[in-house]
Amino acid sequence: MSQANKSGWKPEMTPERRSGQETVTGNRALMLEEPLLFEIGHAETTGVDLPEIEPGASRRLAGMERSDPIGLAGLSEPETIRHYTRLSRQNYAIDLGLFPLGSCTMKHNPRLNEKVARMPGFADVHPLQPVETVRGALEVINELAFWLIDLTGMHGVAMSPKAGAHGELCGILCIRAALEARGDAREVILVPESAHGTNPATAAFAGYKVEDIPATPEGRVDLDALKARLGPDVAGVMITNPNTCGLFERDMKAISDAVHAAGGFVYCDGANFNAIVGKVRPGDLGVDAMHINLHKTFSTPHGGGGPGSGPVVLSEALSPYGPLPYTARTKDGVVHLVEEEGAEAFSQEHFGGRMRSFGRMTAFHGQMGMFTRALTYMLSHGADGLRQVAEDAVLNANYILRSLDDVLHAPFGDSGPCMHEALFGDKGFADGLSTLDLAKGLIDEGYHPMTMYFPLVVHGAMLVEPTETESKAGLDQFIAAFRSVAERARAGDESLKQAPYHAPRRRLDETQAARKPVLAWQEDEAPAGTPTRSERGGS
Amino acid sequence: MRYLPLTDTDRTDMLATIGASSIDDLFVDVPEEARLDGPIHGLPLHASEMAVEKHMRRLSKKNLAAADAPFFLGAGAYRHHVPASVDHIIQRGEFLTAYTPYQPEIAQGTLQMLFEFQTQVARLYGCAVANASMYDGSTACWEAVAMAGRVTRRKRVVLSGALHPHYAEVVRTMARFTEDEIAGAPPALQPRPDNAGLIARIDEQTSCVVVQYPDILGRIPDLAEIAEAAHEKGALLIAVNTEPVALGAIKSPGELGADIVVGEGQAIGVGLQFGGPYLGLFAVRDPKHVRQMPGRLCGETQDAEGKRGFVLTLSTREQHIRREKATSNICTNSGLCALAFNVHMTLLGEKGLRRLAAWNHDLACKAADRLAQVPGVEVLNESFFNEFTIRIGRNARKLVRDLAGKGILAGVSLGRLYPDSDGLDDALLVAVTETTTGEDIETLAAALGEALS
Repeated sequence: MSQANKSGWKPEMTPERRSGQETVTGNRALMLEEPLLFEIGHAETTGVDLPEIEPGASRRLAGMERSDPIGLAGLSEPETIRHYTRLSRQNYAIDLGLFPLGSCTMKHNPRLNEKVARMPGFADVHPLQPVETVRGALEVINELAFWLIDLTGMHGVAMSPKAGAHGELCGILCIRAALEARGDAREVILVPESAHGTNPATAAFAGYKVEDIPATPEGRVDLDALKARLGPDVAGVMITNPNTCGLFERDMKAISDAVHAAGGFVYCDGANFNAIVGKVRPGDLGVDAMHINLHKTFSTPHGGGGPGSGPVVLSEALSPYGPLPYTARTKDGVVHLVEEEGAEAFSQEHFGGRMRSFGRMTAFHGQMGMFTRALTYMLSHGADGLRQVAEDAVLNANYILRSLDDVLHAPFGDSGPCMHEALFGDKGFADGLSTLDLAKGLIDEGYHPMTMYFPLVVHGAMLVEPTETESKAGLDQFIAAFRSVAERARAGDESLKQAPYHAPRRRLDETQAARKPVLAWQEDEAPAGTPTRSERGGS
Repeated sequence: MRYLPLTDTDRTDMLATIGASSIDDLFVDVPEEARLDGPIHGLPLHASEMAVEKHMRRLSKKNLAAADAPFFLGAGAYRHHVPASVDHIIQRGEFLTAYTPYQPEIAQGTLQMLFEFQTQVARLYGCAVANASMYDGSTACWEAVAMAGRVTRRKRVVLSGALHPHYAEVVRTMARFTEDEIAGAPPALQPRPDNAGLIARIDEQTSCVVVQYPDILGRIPDLAEIAEAAHEKGALLIAVNTEPVALGAIKSPGELGADIVVGEGQAIGVGLQFGGPYLGLFAVRDPKHVRQMPGRLCGETQDAEGKRGFVLTLSTREQHIRREKATSNICTNSGLCALAFNVHMTLLGEKGLRRLAAWNHDLACKAADRLAQVPGVEVLNESFFNEFTIRIGRNARKLVRDLAGKGILAGVSLGRLYPDSDGLDDALLVAVTETTTGEDIETLAAALGEALS
């Protein structure tokens, strides 16, 4: 591997290079290659000034002193800033453009949220400080809880779950605790085929058997089939509404009524709440538990894969079982933190003994840093603005659906308006061209692709969620790009199979990554690929 | 509204394109009786940036920030100085506003960072492979227990009494539903960890032994002895670390034979944040266990031109592929906290981490010696890193509250952590980091002296 170029591609002096096409460094002007930290850092370099403490006689490490090197690499501050700044430029992000990942709600992340989350009173408080010194933090949790309850028309909310899937687990555990409390062991959770993978994984993790609920040809839950399956063994259903086909489950209330009549509970996956916030309340549709991804509907940043936050709103029937710790405001206006200690006494005094938490899901109080951001966002929009959020999100998605349904197959295009995401399939693509190819073509056009191959019920699914924070001009450009790539896929443009051509990397070999996993850097490691110089695409 | 780009003209034009006469036409599938006809009553309407900031600042002022008091809290969350560069990097929009790197060609920044992060964690823990993060230390601990069950096909879990009680509580809560059998107890207030007692509880049905290192009282157990005993019975050793800085001074759990090492990464780069978001770390010593791991993994590969690149890999373990057969239901993890850890650890490097650890330990030794001079204070620990337990001969919880009233955040009382256990009431955990000054230690010593006299 060349010192000048660690990318694995070996530059050679060729006519092509001399003509300016190739470079010794592998860089291409502002597109800069960046080696791994371990290739540029050193054990003796540090970017933090710290005193050198002689190991004194006073050491009390039980003879466990580290003798061997850890193997960490350090960089000075300027090198650190440059390393990560260069890496950052190899990422697509909402700040750069439309990020239409369906079911992920990649909306603009307001910077006021960031500023507020960094106020020392929120960022620099310890979770175990005496409650007298963290009243404001407890008030944030409580104020956010009331917003969530009011927006969903539910009875209570569990704030501690760390992300959507953790919230799902919380909801399912509430259901299980409620059933156990009435001595009613049930074994099965029903989940539609179109559900997020987290739904069946969650139900299984909580000890349930998972069975599919069939869908109607129009892409909604088959109410009759569901009714036929309900019985004394069914603990509950997990329904996503709006569903992952982008449709509102019209029969939600009838589904809830049927499940309740059979003695079960209704879990609603709230990943798609952005479509309906301020327009309809899940509590009015008979839902018993629903997680809310604060990092979707309420604009907290996705951060390259988290952290998220997944509070769970609960019906009156499930509220008593929510996890510890929780906050509760008593009549005197004081917000209390209820932990294991005194939970029973608090329940007796303020809830007539009804609170019977199933336990603790996480060490502390949940994602405080996300609570401050989400509350800031809610206060900014207000009840009126949030309603407008849902309307604009749905309007933008329908605009995309109807602007593209002549070049892309919309399998549920006749099932009514879509909600906040538009679903397409690969029907009509030329042989050999796939949704993946279209996605990679979109990358060359400067867009992050939509969600691919999900939901599983549509062949070659493309789930497009623009969110409300896109302008019409921005949507029009995206539609034009999408249309062009879709037309190429239909026409059998083979060049799409090699796309992307203009991204920091061409298609990556995922098979090799899985077959011979290299999951950490090793000193003696040869570069991943044979450093051959293959044809540069597009030239 | 400042976050909504559409104008009324845009909305009208777009409705026309769609063929709808009004926005209500798009919500026609919502049953009419459930549709809200206007903003929800009782909630405020939109507000300016200035007004919202003012409201939030008022709430933040009701909290006593750690920087504004002599501060000695630990017990699973530690206050360290985070260099300014860390917060600058994590606020770059390309990191902050990206998502899980599903499209690797345009997510190499996040992916390479994760690969570096995994390498840092694996080395720190003395393991072969670390994943791309979990929610926090406590959920990582539960996931490790669940993984041990898959590996050993046993259901009996032995928790050390000196495992963080919240972690033990999370494990117990989850195990109620998976029917794992959990054996644990509150810690005995002894100068040394009770390895012999723990080892005596391991038998042929034991799936795993869970040991915190350093433990909840700050003591440093000899993991090698426990690992050997566990392995003899076919059980796994899960080591839990809540203070990664300690591993700059003491041997790694992997080096001592732990099979799965999990922990809280918050101390490096993330900050206190009232308990979250934090950073769950998860690693395995033996690469053969990789396919039983939960969570995302980033791996190295090459692109079509032979250039090195990184992708999410081995995803057949994960929920979006395996659904109900997945190793975990986790999807979103703690990506941005992993970046903060990665950047802070890069700034520290080997030299910095070791210096930081030595400094922390030195200050903690000085603090322990100073507090031991206060009449009525007994330092329990024979060994510790930067946190130790003192006994004060009276209710420590009340003392913590009293001192908080005087602007001193004195530590975490065991009464707060173990409200239902007798005999722990007079014990206080005191954590000391590089942010603790000599003056802070004197202030605490004086306040203790006054309170105990």
